[in-house]
Amino acid sequence: MANLLIKADKISKVYKLFAEEIKAVNNLDLEIFQGEFVAFMGPSGSGKTTLLDILGCLDRVSSGKLEIFKQDVSALKESELVKIRRKNIGFVFQEFLLIPTLTALENVELPLLFAGMPQERAKAQGLLEKVGLGGRVNHLPKELSGGERQRVAIARALVTSPKILFADEPTGNLDTKSGQQICEIFQELNRKDGLTIVLTTHNQKLGTQAKRVVYLKDGTIVSREESSLCV
Amino acid sequence: MKIISVAFKNLRRKKIRTGLTIGGVAIAVAVLVSLMGFDAGYQKSLTNDIDKMGYQVLVTAKGCPYEAATLMLKGGGGLRYMEQEVYDKITKDPRIEKITPQLAATEFDKDRQNGQGGIILYMGVSDSYRELKPWSKFKSGKWFSGEDADEVIIGYEAAELEQRSAGDQIFIPNLNKTLKVVGIFERTGTQDDGIVFMPLKTAQRIFDLPGKLSGIGIKLKNIGQMSDFEESLYNEPGIQVISMAQVKGTIFNLVSSSRAMTNSIAFIAILIAVIGVINTILMSVFERTKEIGVMKAIGASRLDIFRIIWLETTLICILGGVLGDIIAILGTSIVEQIIRKVLPYAPVGKLVIITPSLLLGSFIGAVVMGLAAGIYPAYRASSMRPVEAIRSGE
Repeated sequence: MANLLIKADKISKVYKLFAEEIKAVNNLDLEIFQGEFVAFMGPSGSGKTTLLDILGCLDRVSSGKLEIFKQDVSALKESELVKIRRKNIGFVFQEFLLIPTLTALENVELPLLFAGMPQERAKAQGLLEKVGLGGRVNHLPKELSGGERQRVAIARALVTSPKILFADEPTGNLDTKSGQQICEIFQELNRKDGLTIVLTTHNQKLGTQAKRVVYLKDGTIVSREESSLCV
Repeated sequence: MKIISVAFKNLRRKKIRTGLTIGGVAIAVAVLVSLMGFDAGYQKSLTNDIDKMGYQVLVTAKGCPYEAATLMLKGGGGLRYMEQEVYDKITKDPRIEKITPQLAATEFDKDRQNGQGGIILYMGVSDSYRELKPWSKFKSGKWFSGEDADEVIIGYEAAELEQRSAGDQIFIPNLNKTLKVVGIFERTGTQDDGIVFMPLKTAQRIFDLPGKLSGIGIKLKNIGQMSDFEESLYNEPGIQVISMAQVKGTIFNLVSSSRAMTNSIAFIAILIAVIGVINTILMSVFERTKEIGVMKAIGASRLDIFRIIWLETTLICILGGVLGDIIAILGTSIVEQIIRKVLPYAPVGKLVIITPSLLLGSFIGAVVMGLAAGIYPAYRASSMRPVEAIRSGE
């Protein structure tokens, strides 16, 4: 059996909106193994982004037990979560969220700076070449197209060699062609490099490229299916 | 890439805002440096002025002592006159080491200062004047040929201003009198540089003040006998005794009382600058909520974020400190001119002395100010929760 990376046991996330309690994630069980490509799909408000934030150690569960890399993170403090994020988790966001004052290369180097490994700068350059931006490393985000920015963001997420890549609607702000390029990059990362990828998407195409699609509604899983496209 | 370049690049994003904030710090630092430089410079110049008068005691006609002190510093007389008998009487006092009578008079010359007109100070002195000021040297020429000669010796600056050299003639229009320039003094760095000297008797004659004196400068054999000496002259009618130590103290007091006010202005300027810095950085932190969130998502710790924001604040204050020091150095002469107009008495030497240690001190002060101002914005930024920061505005 493949290596278990994430094990969620009856996890819930509750927000208080005025007097009302909203269960964004409701009593959910989930296991993710090494090498998987999982897509969370579902309507807006189904809790997929919240689930992604929790699994990616950006947010904490309200109840239940969450183990990541065999470590119980349910009760960890922010300062301990950051250590897990730093070396094991890469994040890609719908709005790219690059630092506008830094060049493509500097954006990719930034996680190395925070992780205390500035000596691995060559890796940042290599990753930008890998996503097809070798010639644009000194451009600022505003000088890049949406698709190019997202590719910079992917390089940034990968620079610390994480065990899992999380992506929140990575093609949500892109045209079809750029979205397709991003899909292909994810495919390659998963198939060739064996990188575990977990993402949320509305994009059917991206969804079907995943090895496993998890449909969510009202914070719970309504169906799990193995994609027929992938072997 | 280093953390500091992340901070620096962010400051360059809003150049005008950053520039204005740096300007605020710079002005506060410049004001502080100028004021402190003035403090040091004024004391030094005033002390130099008074010490170079050569006498410790001045006897003048009775009048407002402050006015007398001021006028006397400007030229050795209160421009109230006393009888020469006073001099004849006290000159025999055994406690006196040196004594010199003076007669100061002023004349308005409409041609002075490029036609604006100005006051020229003339002073009648006797041979004993030179004994009290042994450092007085001639740049050219020599002392008067006689004690009633129609001759003048001109102070260094007055000579430069009037373009006179030994051998020239000068004309006093109001008196319709022409005198011969026999010498020019070297620069002394005191008020003497601006005075036109002539023999005492000549002054008494041409200004029509026979037998009158405006002041008597005295050097005692023993400064400890000062109060004793003052007391013995107390009953003399129509005169007063002023000790130079008192004059110095009086002027220092006048200046230091206004100093309390200027210092509080400097303090307020700094306070406003600090508030400005906090406001700017805090605003920029809130604008960057998402960026800060994403930095945390990609591995920045609280300390990392704190350092970035703290560095930004400190950079602003460092740049402000350097700029403020430069402004203070460049602005010295302007500050001097303003102060000269405002002060009741301004010594001749440099009024504002800016030393390297003052510059260094103010720079360190600016850095400390930056570190202090940065704490709260940096704390706010570092305690943002990543998910809330990233998802804000959605």
